[in-house]
Amino acid sequence: MLSNKRLVLAHFLLAFVLFGVALLLGAWQMYIRSPLHPWLSNPELYYRSLTAHGTVMGYAFPTLIAMGFGYAISQLALKQPLVGPRWAWASFFLVAGGAVVAMIPVSLGWASVLYTFYPPLIANPLFYIGVVLLVVGSWIWVALMSINLRVWKRANPGVPVPLAMFANVAGSYLWGWTAIGAALEVLLQILPVALGFKHTIDAGLSRVFFSWTLHAIVYFWLMPTYIAYYTIVPRAIGGKLYSDTMARISFILFLVVAMPIGIHHVFADPEVGAGFKFIHSAFTALVALPTLLTVFTICASVEIAGRLRGGKGIFGWLKVLPWQNPIMLAVAFSFVMLGFGGAGGLINMSYQLDTTIHNTQWITGHFHLIFGGAIVIMYFAIAYDLWPHLTGRALTDLRLMRAQLWLWFIGMIVTTFPWHWVGILGMPRRMAFFDYTSPELQPEAISVIVSAFGGFILVISGFMFLAVLARGMMTPRTQAGEYRFSVAVHPPVRVPVALNSHGLWVGLMIALTLTNYAFPIFDLAVRKDTSVPAVYVGAR
Amino acid sequence: MSSEDIQSEHGHSPSALIAARIEKRWATLSVAIIVLLAAMAAFAGIHQATMPQARVETADPSTLHLSGEFIESNLGSAVEPDGSVTVRAIGQQYSFTPQCVVVPADTPVTLRATSADVVHGILIEGTNINTMLVPGYVSVMNARFKEPGDHLMPCQEFCGVGHEGMWGKVQVVDKDTFRAMSTDNRRLTCVK
Repeated sequence: MLSNKRLVLAHFLLAFVLFGVALLLGAWQMYIRSPLHPWLSNPELYYRSLTAHGTVMGYAFPTLIAMGFGYAISQLALKQPLVGPRWAWASFFLVAGGAVVAMIPVSLGWASVLYTFYPPLIANPLFYIGVVLLVVGSWIWVALMSINLRVWKRANPGVPVPLAMFANVAGSYLWGWTAIGAALEVLLQILPVALGFKHTIDAGLSRVFFSWTLHAIVYFWLMPTYIAYYTIVPRAIGGKLYSDTMARISFILFLVVAMPIGIHHVFADPEVGAGFKFIHSAFTALVALPTLLTVFTICASVEIAGRLRGGKGIFGWLKVLPWQNPIMLAVAFSFVMLGFGGAGGLINMSYQLDTTIHNTQWITGHFHLIFGGAIVIMYFAIAYDLWPHLTGRALTDLRLMRAQLWLWFIGMIVTTFPWHWVGILGMPRRMAFFDYTSPELQPEAISVIVSAFGGFILVISGFMFLAVLARGMMTPRTQAGEYRFSVAVHPPVRVPVALNSHGLWVGLMIALTLTNYAFPIFDLAVRKDTSVPAVYVGAR
Repeated sequence: MSSEDIQSEHGHSPSALIAARIEKRWATLSVAIIVLLAAMAAFAGIHQATMPQARVETADPSTLHLSGEFIESNLGSAVEPDGSVTVRAIGQQYSFTPQCVVVPADTPVTLRATSADVVHGILIEGTNINTMLVPGYVSVMNARFKEPGDHLMPCQEFCGVGHEGMWGKVQVVDKDTFRAMSTDNRRLTCVK
């Protein structure tokens, strides 16, 4: 019942085209700073590329996936036409237009400040305006998801909200609130300076505002992946969801505790005292809980599929799983990468261990493994699963899909494992060049070369993915049949209000943000002595 | 409301109860793991293992060179009356002052540093000394270098297009050498 296919397709197509471009930039950067390439005489080109890569992969790509997937879920799970399609298109063009407006100054070299902004470096104002448009566009989507659910609830009083939509709306609220930190930074602090109304800025306050967004945005990237784990994977591999209730609890936990933990990104900073650093460290440990619950529920659901296929014994069910099915392969790879990435994450959030790896290549390795690996491989799976329903044409090339997923997995491991290793050796981030002839850096050279080859494998896999989708738009038309989400072993008949609505949890999310952020922000905002002169980059 | 209550609302099938019980066990284990992790962090923190900086101190970058502890003649390593060493340093686009920091081995060292322009970072390779330099604020870190030797000291935060060239050095010398050096100079560096 996808009455609005073109809307979903437009989001996915734009997302994956941008992804392809940013992927090439990423591989180019890995090549440039490896020993395979001599010194780049204009390092500004590297940082230009890095700004574009980060802005697309961090803001545009996952936001478009979440939006497109969200519109699909709203129609498919609620079985009702999308409410507000015109607003949805308006928001799409705001996001697309915002991406273009931001990328113009970036490609001209007027905004090489990276996607994390880093004031008092100040870029051309168009860069920030583009990002603001992108975020405002996505906020329209947040409102639409909420409205669609409300319309459905009015028509279906007392009926449990389908899990996919419950999670989707939780993800949208999380994004709506987490984007506010960076929005405050850009609107109150950066834009007045970029536009020339002010010339000083408090860099410490900016870093705290940005940390508000910087961590929970990761869980926003993760939401489509977790929704796919719970509501696509069990159905796609012929199994059932172990527990609908635990799924709801996990999504609620993400909504509540993903937010008030961002200060672990500024453990090494001088502008926040130890007390709030410790509180945020402890809350960050809490956010491991929904992931631990998810790992259990999904493994159990996959086991159910294996047992239904006749698997016996402790491990026998693993063998009989449908390994030819791309979704099965994707979720297995995703879990392996989530395991390694999650273990690394526990080190990053640790109050003490963080200092060993802070701002080293370990961190870049970590978030590429989690986001580029565990999360994005499930974006591929979502696209493979939805594509026939969006295009009315079957994806027939299963062998190519499997090869693509294998290469993505191998490429990600080859890229990120050496990346972590050189980080432990102390190799700093964001450098366009390393002098590998120096005896201290020479031991790192081989790891960086291996990592760069991993990047090239990822480019091959990424373009195979685009080829699968492109070929899927040329096969003969077929009927994709009705789209189904996973069914729980014990489907919910009645669900308590708390697990069927978001109000209480949104309230808790806001309250926890205030207790964990209000004081650090207020404390910095009232300081008179810490604003510093802006340092403008690029042509004005 | 616990997950068991919800399950039992729609039928008391034995499989549903078993499923809920296993799930509850896992959830309990998960919570225990997390509590253990947080407790370990608290324990290590209380027992003065490496700690993030505790207090917030400020320094105005536009007057750093005119007055206060970060004037040029005061940068470098200073011996304190109690025998410990305080290192004062500044990061600016795209170098540290001093570019080469000299410290004695096996001596308590306090690093006090700030930025004169944008956000920088100091990372001393082969150690866990790693802190941000945010203009307007003073970064403080306590350290003790076990053995003499040389370490690279790169800036670890993007600070502009010249970031790739911002590498300093740390020279750890034995205590006697350092004492001999400090008889002639009030502030020590290894800048040549």
